[in-house]
Formats: sequence, structure tokens, C-alpha cells
Amino acid sequence: MSSLYEELKQQLAQERGVALATLVRSSSGQGIGAKLLVFPDKSFHGSFGLPELEAQVAADAAQAIWIGEPGTRLYTLGEQTFEVFIEGFPPPPRLIIVGAGHIAIPLTTFARTLGYRVVVIDARSAFATRERFPHADELIVAWPDEVLAQMDLNPSTAVAILTHDPKFDEPSLKVVLSRQVGYVGAIGSRKTSQERNERLKQQGLTDEQLSRIHAPIGLNIGAKTPEEMALAIMAEIVAARYGKDRSAILDWSRK
Amino acid sequence: MRDILPDVERWRARGERVAVATVVSVAGSAPRRPGAKLAVSEKGEISGSVSGGCVEPAVIETALQVIKDGKPQMLEFGISEEENFEQIGLACGGTIHVFVERLDW
Repeated sequence: MSSLYEELKQQLAQERGVALATLVRSSSGQGIGAKLLVFPDKSFHGSFGLPELEAQVAADAAQAIWIGEPGTRLYTLGEQTFEVFIEGFPPPPRLIIVGAGHIAIPLTTFARTLGYRVVVIDARSAFATRERFPHADELIVAWPDEVLAQMDLNPSTAVAILTHDPKFDEPSLKVVLSRQVGYVGAIGSRKTSQERNERLKQQGLTDEQLSRIHAPIGLNIGAKTPEEMALAIMAEIVAARYGKDRSAILDWSRK
Repeated sequence: MRDILPDVERWRARGERVAVATVVSVAGSAPRRPGAKLAVSEKGEISGSVSGGCVEPAVIETALQVIKDGKPQMLEFGISEEENFEQIGLACGGTIHVFVERLDW
């Protein structure tokens, strides 16, 4: 088996989420420097020699892959205390755009500028072309829900659903809402969104799942052109990444 | 981590041992956040930073010791610690803890 360092390096190179937990202090002075390399499913490699501590740390570290700053946490087991430094390494943020229409073009450019990997999916080959999307990292001509079902959707993933067509949008939403993604937004007016929610509910989606859809998509900045709409969507994606809801956006007193 | 990896890999390819210092906690204002790293090679080359300069010399000295004896060390820096063993303050007045370990894991 390769060392934890080699494994960490490999995870980073493959852009997979991973966390590293290091025992930096213990009341007994034992085990300092011991490490766990923790994966999103809470499995881990490495050892602290204390299974109970390992389980607690692995659970916290698996979460820390996606949220929060690196930091030291205190654990108590009976009489003993332990300080563990936990550091999460999320994969680079990724934006999946479903629907290669006119808003998707500037949205791809904005997202790339902000460091996102961009995947554009559309079943219509006339829309999803390299000429229209020279900057997309991946351009996929296929049924979006089928592609999404095969993808690693995780909290570093944002999904913008922009086809305007229920036969593409709704199956895509069903796949995305069955996973834990960082952001999901769907195009359509308030009325369209409401009707879509009704239909999705009949198909078995829960209120909690439907509440995760950002719709109408984007911040209300008065966008009119495709470029402005793309800006509104991108700003909302960034806000969601840092845990800001719509009401917090103009409120500088809130973190 | 990502920022120091290319240098660390280069040193290791030359067969040098390496120590990594990590800011593991910050109280008050500090120039770098938890997770900031400084890597030190056996020959004293450095990569990354833990403070923007003010505590680096002491960290490098400790790192070279840690490379030799393999024993991890926790360092504390800050002007709020009157009896601070290191006698080194941070310009901005906070306290930081830096964990120094040999990269042998």
C-alpha cells in the first residue's frame, strides 16, 4: 500500500474530495503526528490507534471536505483529550449547464473566469457545438438526465438547468435533487416554476427537495440580455457556495 | 497543500527529506489562515509561508531539527504571550500555533 502522502497527492491530482486529519496534541502526549486520510463516504486510511476517536474524526473530516475552514477540533474520550487538525480538500468547483442556449454561452465564459470547470449538456446537436462553446471543458450531446446520472455530483458541483423544455428539465432535476449538490437552479418564471414544482411533486419529489431549486434562477438584478442573465446566475452560484441566501446578499452586517 | 506540492516533489525526487509546518490555529488577527503551510527541505530550501515573514526563521530552524529527529513540534507565536519561549511577535498582534512535522507519512 502506498503512503498516505502518495494517496493524498493522487486524490488531489484526480480532483477528488478528500480530508486530512492530524493528531496535533493529546493529553497523554501519545500519537502526535498520527494521520487519517478521510474520504467523502467517511471511510479512511491511516490510524490513531483508537477506533472510537477515529470514527468521530472521520465523520467530522468527511463533512470538512466540503464546508468550512481548516481548523483544530477538540475531542474527549473518557479522561483523555485530543486536538485534531482537520483540513478539507474539495475538488475544484464545477458548473454543469443543461441546455446549450443563448444564456449558456456567456455563463460558460463567466464560470471559466471564476475558476469553474464547465460541462455543457444538450441533446440537440445544433446547439451544443464547439463553435458556440469554445471555452467549455466538456461539451456533451446526449439526454441530460442520462448523463447526469452517470456523473459524480457533489457539493462542489453547481447545476444550472436552462433548456426551458420540461422534457429535458424535469428528468434532470429529478437526478440532481437525488444527490447533494452545492447549487441547483432552473430557468422559468415564477408561474412556470410553480407549475413545474406541482408536476415534480406528483412524480414523488419531496418539499425539501423542491425547496433546494433556485427558481426563478439568478439574483434579481434586473437582467435583460443573455449576458446579464448569465451574470445574475453566476452571482447566485457564488453566493450559494459561500452559504449566502437571497436575503443576506445586501446585508453587510451578516457574514 | 497544493501550493507547496511541486517544490516538495522536486526535493523528494532529489532524495531529500522534508518537513512541513502548518498553521493549525489562529487567535485574533494573523497574516495567514489555518491550513497555510511552509515546507522546508533538508538543505534549507523553503516553499510557501505560515506568516508572511515574521516567524519564518524560527519555523525553519525547528523544521530542520524535526527533519533530523523526526519528532513533531507545536510552536506558538504571538505578542499576547508575555513569556513566549520563542520571543517572537506577530506584527498584527494575534497568536498562532504552527505544527511542524517530518513528511514521512
